[in-house]
Amino acid sequence: MSIPNVAITPEVVAEHGLSEDEYQVLLKIMGREPNITELGIFSVMWSEHCSYKSSKRWLKTLPTEGPCVIQGPGENAGVIDIGDGLAAIFKIESHNHPSFIEPYQGAATGVGGILRDVFTMGARPIANLNALRFGSPDHPKTRHLVHGVVAGIGGYGNCVGVPTVAGEVNFHPAYNGNILVNAMTVGLARTDRIFYSAAAGPGNAVVYVGAKTGRDGIHGATMASAEFSEDSEEKRPTVQVGDPFTEKLLIEACLELMQKDCIIAIQDMGAAGLTSSSVEMAGKGGLGIELDLDKVPVRETGMTAYEIMLSESQERMLMIIRPESEAEAKAVFDKWDLDFAVIGTVTETGRIVLKKDGAVQADIPVGPLVTEAPEYDRPHVPSPKRPVIAAADVPAPDSLTGPLARLLECPDMASRRWIWEQYDHLVMGDTMIRPGADSGVVRVQDTDRGLALTVDCTPRYCLADPETGGAHAVVETWRNITAVGGRPLAVTNNLNFGNPQKPEIMGQIVGAVAGMGAACRALDYPVVSGNVSLYNETEGQAILPTPVIGGVGLIDDVHKLCTPALKAAGETLVAIGQPADRTDGWLGASLYLREIEGREEGAPPPLDLAAERRTGDLVRGLIRDGRVSACHDVGDGGLLVAVAEMALAARGLGATLEVPTAALAHAWCFGEDQGRYVVATSDAGGVLAAAAAAGVPAMTVGAVTADGDLTVGAGDLISVETLRRRHEAWLPDYMAGGA
Amino acid sequence: MRTAIIVFPGSNRERDMVMALRRSFGSDPVMVWHKDTELPDVDLIVVPGGFSYGDYLRAGAMGAHSPVMRTVKERADKGVPVLGVCNGFQILTEAGLLPGALMRNAGLKFVCKNVHLRVETAQSVFTSGYADGQTIAVPVAHNDGNYFADDTTLDRLEDRGLVAFRYVDETGSESDAANPNGSRRNIAGIFNDTKTVLGLMPHPEDAIDPLHGGTDGRGLFDGLARALA
Repeated sequence: MSIPNVAITPEVVAEHGLSEDEYQVLLKIMGREPNITELGIFSVMWSEHCSYKSSKRWLKTLPTEGPCVIQGPGENAGVIDIGDGLAAIFKIESHNHPSFIEPYQGAATGVGGILRDVFTMGARPIANLNALRFGSPDHPKTRHLVHGVVAGIGGYGNCVGVPTVAGEVNFHPAYNGNILVNAMTVGLARTDRIFYSAAAGPGNAVVYVGAKTGRDGIHGATMASAEFSEDSEEKRPTVQVGDPFTEKLLIEACLELMQKDCIIAIQDMGAAGLTSSSVEMAGKGGLGIELDLDKVPVRETGMTAYEIMLSESQERMLMIIRPESEAEAKAVFDKWDLDFAVIGTVTETGRIVLKKDGAVQADIPVGPLVTEAPEYDRPHVPSPKRPVIAAADVPAPDSLTGPLARLLECPDMASRRWIWEQYDHLVMGDTMIRPGADSGVVRVQDTDRGLALTVDCTPRYCLADPETGGAHAVVETWRNITAVGGRPLAVTNNLNFGNPQKPEIMGQIVGAVAGMGAACRALDYPVVSGNVSLYNETEGQAILPTPVIGGVGLIDDVHKLCTPALKAAGETLVAIGQPADRTDGWLGASLYLREIEGREEGAPPPLDLAAERRTGDLVRGLIRDGRVSACHDVGDGGLLVAVAEMALAARGLGATLEVPTAALAHAWCFGEDQGRYVVATSDAGGVLAAAAAAGVPAMTVGAVTADGDLTVGAGDLISVETLRRRHEAWLPDYMAGGA
Repeated sequence: MRTAIIVFPGSNRERDMVMALRRSFGSDPVMVWHKDTELPDVDLIVVPGGFSYGDYLRAGAMGAHSPVMRTVKERADKGVPVLGVCNGFQILTEAGLLPGALMRNAGLKFVCKNVHLRVETAQSVFTSGYADGQTIAVPVAHNDGNYFADDTTLDRLEDRGLVAFRYVDETGSESDAANPNGSRRNIAGIFNDTKTVLGLMPHPEDAIDPLHGGTDGRGLFDGLARALA
């Protein structure tokens, strides 16, 4: 077969998502008109998805270094030192567009892709997390999408045997046409056995391992770089199909081979498949690669060079190995019944040369393909500041327990048990805190240490004020790790936004990244990896700005973990970070305002990063010293919701929340002032004294009771079991078609 | 005492099982690859959980035809205790070492949560660490745990005392609500005729450490270690 004779017309260039200017750069690099395969390669490498062309300028402003950082952004995943010769390797990645089109496979392959990013670097994956956003529960597609995405995540993660230990889910009409599926994987490796992707050593073999290449997923990266329109479902063929069984074999085979001294470099084939993996490996090594595409294992006949290079078939990896290691490496993959094919060699030419059927199908200089990728400073306008809503201007409800029950059963707060019971969250035997707490915790096998893991973002804050919202997402993970007793170490981020060519959307991105950077700097909490998903728009309607943060913290002793569950009647509830003289609470952009008053308005609660750090450090110390028996951060729904969740996490206990007489009760109970935790303790005096010594406000707010009721103020009470029924009912009822 | 764990492509709870066996037996099990036909002399063979062969065809169907399973059957016939958990249970039924079949969960969804089991008999090498009728809490994590057999087979199992565990509520009573997968007669685990082969869907190996949230799974492994000593 010769090179397909496709004329490179302006229409063909446009169909490949390249602008006229970008095409001119391409022509300059090539010095001639490209053929269709070459155009396809430029197209995917310069897609938003692969090149980060709209966001790179801003991502560079994030702090990426710190004492624990071994590898920051730019590799397959971030790597941090967790001591004792071990590294945690992690990253979060979106699979938004495919999941909307084909939810089961889209979500499943999202999990598969992020797992590969992590084990590529030599880590055994030990935990998965996910952050999901769906449209309004009333939207006709939502139930189907929730069903498919959850089944897809479970179907893949359960089969590969990596526990899914934490996650978050929001529902909002802004996601009706663009759901978000962000999947995170955390792995463990020895610090002296970390594998990178830079090709080295001209003459070394380029080896393809894993599953065979088919025609699925061609142009997935380009699809993820454009808005959706009514005909997007026609793009179903661009969604890949996952095979978790092959992935499991690939994990075991790669980790087994990594015990030997064969691999020079390794890279998974993710978005843009063989193209991005080979180009990135060559680019990072400053070398060239020559591939013989006739040697690529294929599962369909008659595939063209274009199709082979752009296929996004799953469960494939590219490795550079020493030629003398070939037999040893092949034996490992034979054992696991996986394809192993030497498909090319590393060269000194600095060019990627593809041959098929005896002819050169593409010949591109790697350097310019990578370094001259477009990078834009897109116009941006800041989001208009919203007015601060005075708590006194929000009508008071008749009772406090009524709105409490409504909040606990609203779609954003209702129990996610229906979801996480479909995820194997226990496999590997090291899950120490299961889903539903502030963070999931997995033990580092055969040690007393653990990793605290969480993913967080509050999109309504981000819409209200992208900078505060971006900072908040970082702080929320930091608090959630602190609340279980962990030391927050580093984050990965997943920036989900609309069309960056719209200045107001670009303004959201710029704002969120600025807030994120400020929070990470203030907390010494660097960003070590991440992913950007733009063009989450349908028919001009953008999603809420959703910069998701995945946080990783270290637990020094898993025997000293803390959970939100109340433990013993008679203990005192202390709100740490709560000033005793505060008589109202921040209701702007709160869950209460949205769910009870039907208003999505107002500025979000401000953050004081220095106070956050003081407060969190205090709480972590109290947990470490065993001075508190339960801890929960105060988030959505405020203080009363936090206390209710602590009672719900226990069995047979109740609690009281004493509202100061001078307080505006509903604002005090439901306000979302930041930087607060509720702890249960038998030594309230000691806890208050420790807070005072640390310069952190704190006050006694209630007690743990044996009566099984939640009592707010004087006599406004509801049984915890009633709350539990309502909290647990919404999601299963909704999924059964009832809600 | 020596133990062995059979590892299939797609096994994924072998690590959990190693931890449980190590704790109760005081030594690490031998890991046996499914293509091996040689099985060392051991006192206990464990077929662990996971998705052998990706559950393709039917859960456990292909694992049952792995080369090593012929040897496992021979050993079982000689009375060497064989424990199959979750996918291991599925493989043992597919291999004909245990009667019945594990079908798709009645709820049609994967289910991972704690359940309560009633120990139907403590008279076996596997359950001697428990008391008759004791209620224990252990997790399940499966998609195909819906135990099915015809009435004749079920009656026979009951008559001979070959039902090992049943799903119950925390007070020890059988109910539909306590049954996570629709298993007939709430059956969670069964023995072969000689009570030397046990298959069960729940994961006692994930309930051996207080940090797991409970240690009720220890009884099975501690009891085995004592019985086989």
